[in-house]
Amino acid sequence: MSGANSDLMTLVAGIFGVLIIASVIGYILQQRLSPNGSNAAVENLNARIKAWWVMVILIGIAFIAGRIGVLILFGFCSFAALREFVTLINTRRADHWALAAAFFVVVPIQYFLLWAEQYGIFSIFIPVYAFLLMPIISVLRGDTERFLVRIAEVQWALMICVFCASHVPALLTLKIPGYEGRNVLLIAFLVIVVQLSDVLQYVWGKLFGRTKIAPRLSPSKTVEGFVGGVISATLIGTGLWWITPFAPLQAGLLALVITLMGFFGGLVMSAIKRDRGVKDWGNLIEGHGGLIDRLDSVVFSAPIFFHLTRYWWSL
Amino acid sequence: MKALPTKVAATVIVLFARAVTAVRAVWPEDGLPSRPCVYYANHSSHGDFVLVWTVLPPRLRHRARPVAGAEYWLKSWLNRFIGRDVFNAVLIARDRDKRTEDPVTQMASAIDAGSSLILFPEGTRNQSDARLLPFKSGIFHLAVARPDVDLVPVWISNLNRVMPKGEIVPIPLICTVSFGSALQIAPGEDKDVFLERMQAALLALSPNIAGGGE
Repeated sequence: MSGANSDLMTLVAGIFGVLIIASVIGYILQQRLSPNGSNAAVENLNARIKAWWVMVILIGIAFIAGRIGVLILFGFCSFAALREFVTLINTRRADHWALAAAFFVVVPIQYFLLWAEQYGIFSIFIPVYAFLLMPIISVLRGDTERFLVRIAEVQWALMICVFCASHVPALLTLKIPGYEGRNVLLIAFLVIVVQLSDVLQYVWGKLFGRTKIAPRLSPSKTVEGFVGGVISATLIGTGLWWITPFAPLQAGLLALVITLMGFFGGLVMSAIKRDRGVKDWGNLIEGHGGLIDRLDSVVFSAPIFFHLTRYWWSL
Repeated sequence: MKALPTKVAATVIVLFARAVTAVRAVWPEDGLPSRPCVYYANHSSHGDFVLVWTVLPPRLRHRARPVAGAEYWLKSWLNRFIGRDVFNAVLIARDRDKRTEDPVTQMASAIDAGSSLILFPEGTRNQSDARLLPFKSGIFHLAVARPDVDLVPVWISNLNRVMPKGEIVPIPLICTVSFGSALQIAPGEDKDVFLERMQAALLALSPNIAGGGE
């Protein structure tokens, strides 16, 4: 336990160090390039850094509060993400109770099951029970207009925002021999690798980006940014093997999987935004858009990371 | 000076509105008028004026008074407390026969006293598939009576999905309140032309996004 604490402290000190350096660079850039707030890129960078501080501090508080804190934090994230998602989908009056059930029944139950460590029901509650119950509730009103579209969109909202997102705190329930009491560091590993991968793709893309990778989906994503971001985030993940139950090579391979899933998750979520005709999912976080804009890559990598770890390392 | 219970109630209502709708305001480029004005909005839910009131900056919010039907807001003590005490609504009688005061006079004197108004010119909640019901003529008569007053179009989106008529559980969806640039009545402008112009300015604010295919 003390080992976990000291590793956590080292990690926190490292993260704070990175954020302080980022803040200083942001401040210098602002003084040089945007003294009166005229350079949009610099202003956006500083808004993002500020938001990063808030996010790191929130996650830090949740970690200190322990399992219940992490569950409440991610439960809130699921709720807010679901709100952003459902705001953009096709719903009709007839879906009112199905939507109310999604927010006020499905979300709490999913996180309660995590709290109770009921893996069996946790892993099928949304794909099986919610999947069947949502259309049943909707169909009772007898409105068949675009029925398949409506129920499919609600189900997808639940899968992405609740089922997939809840796999981050689900890492706490894994029983890994020799890693007892340290599971919170698995969450830290996942979140750090995913978020750094996003940031590094952005940085590499800004510096060397020439070839657009998917111009119709996301004009800012480039091949150079993608390759540079994936390689550097994978290397950082490898370097963080000491906070995980993995050997360095294993940590690197998992980091590679996480960054790839994160990248393609971002693309999928961009495609949905294009389809709905919006630029951001919401406006919760200054400089980042909505919560889903920040969570999209975590959401796609969390279930895969969870299951790989569970299959090979957990009891 | 307002009594403490009304202040507490106002704060609770604003916090609740923000918690459920995560409401976001979109301001016009030239900003909101700083003198008394009329915010006129589309109307689909009982919560409409609460949302407009919530997003207004505090210094403008405190002098914004919703214009509302007296029958509904005097019905019970709770309605009276919220409508009359908390929001200081300008209560007008909808039924012509029971009127003791002329609604236009009531609104004009509220403006003269330094208040702004939150007005729903459709006159009733829009339950139809149309984006906007035809405007009643009250806003025209008010504009004739006070030709200098700024008329600010306000489009409230999504609140009808949060709480459709007849439902009791709100769905937490993100609502947006978009304010347009202030308009004024032109000298000698015809009633139909004026109302048409007001409706067009309001509709121009409605976002053209998918979702809410109601």
